Amino acid sequence: MNKNELIKEYCLRLGDNGLILGHRLSEWCGHGPILEEDIAMSNMALDLIGQARGFLTYAAQLEGKGRTEDDFAYLRDAREFRNRMLVEQPNGDFAVTMMRSLLYSAIAYLQFKALTKSTDETLSGLAEKSLKEVTYHLRHSGEWIIRLGDGTKESHEKAQNALNDLWMYTDELFEVDEVDAALVKEGIAVDLSSMRTEWNTIIDDILKKATLKQPQEKTYQSKGGIKGIHTEQLGFLLAEMQFLPRAYPGTTW
Amino acid sequence: MKTALSSQQIWDLLGTIPDPEVPVISIVELGVVRNVEVEEGGVVITMTPTYNGCPAMKMMEDDIRTALAGEGIQQVKIKMVFKPAWTTDWLSEASKQKLEAYGIAPPTENTKSHLPFAGKASVVNCPFCKSGQTKLTSQFGSTACKALYYCDSCHQPFEHFKCH
Repeated sequence: MNKNELIKEYCLRLGDNGLILGHRLSEWCGHGPILEEDIAMSNMALDLIGQARGFLTYAAQLEGKGRTEDDFAYLRDAREFRNRMLVEQPNGDFAVTMMRSLLYSAIAYLQFKALTKSTDETLSGLAEKSLKEVTYHLRHSGEWIIRLGDGTKESHEKAQNALNDLWMYTDELFEVDEVDAALVKEGIAVDLSSMRTEWNTIIDDILKKATLKQPQEKTYQSKGGIKGIHTEQLGFLLAEMQFLPRAYPGTTW
Repeated sequence: MKTALSSQQIWDLLGTIPDPEVPVISIVELGVVRNVEVEEGGVVITMTPTYNGCPAMKMMEDDIRTALAGEGIQQVKIKMVFKPAWTTDWLSEASKQKLEAYGIAPPTENTKSHLPFAGKASVVNCPFCKSGQTKLTSQFGSTACKALYYCDSCHQPFEHFKCH
């Protein structure tokens, strides 16, 4: 891969994380447990889809084949998506949604923070912008997990179950390959694999306050999202998200 | 063909376009217009989004095109830049006063030290009764740029333009 192809690949990973998690959060619109949370989740969905637009537009530009952000969002199949498997997991109950947001926002926060120093001006600009938004998301999901974990017996149990169920997608957040390696060398990308300790510090602190326990036993860890390997959940999500542009090609509104 | 307006005149014109969500301040006061270049036959406007997903950005673009078309300028190119990232630090004191008079508590602090878990939040005064006895209802409000607050003194809910 040449440099443009590498950066394009990197943008798909960042953009797809935002797009898929944004779509998941948008599924809550009109179904939130209280009005404020309904609004909050729609707000976060908008932020994430906005971030995706920036990265996918840049990917399209680097590719230079006339594709647009919409082509990337609506006309790729599951194996062409580069998001981490964590973000495609279904909403479940409110605890699952908040836990998923917490686990993702913590790595997104660290990644964007480091990426503001990227030697690629577009990436550093998008990172600077996105960092401010994921900072809110991290605070929001962190505060909810503390409240749920350190809440009633039932909310504690639900939060603990959410953590146990999602834990198998956490190693993957730090998975890197030759694309990362090549870009890290040039100061364009940041090394995710080196952020595990910092991520653990953020997560451990919240889990402790929430009286929740990180799964101790060796959990099976799914990997491969950056290579297009996904859980079956992504297919169902795409079926809904892509239905309209696929059924009515070229439609506008 | 040279455009009819100078770049300063275009800045002035843009200064009359209200923010679609917060109509008491203009898009220039909001800080999203970063540059105006008059070129042969057209104008290039450089903008930066407030939030990545803010739906009002498209409306602002449309409003700019409409305003310029009214002056006979049809060739308008809108360029989006992300750096430097938009911040509420760019709002002038006068703009903040306009927000408060409109019923939106303005940003209170400098955003340089923005951390996810920064401990104590600074006091946001109620825009109606000016009391500091207020509490955060939700970090997310009716638009991406605002948070929901409640005033314990005058018992009014209100919005706060987040420090961003």
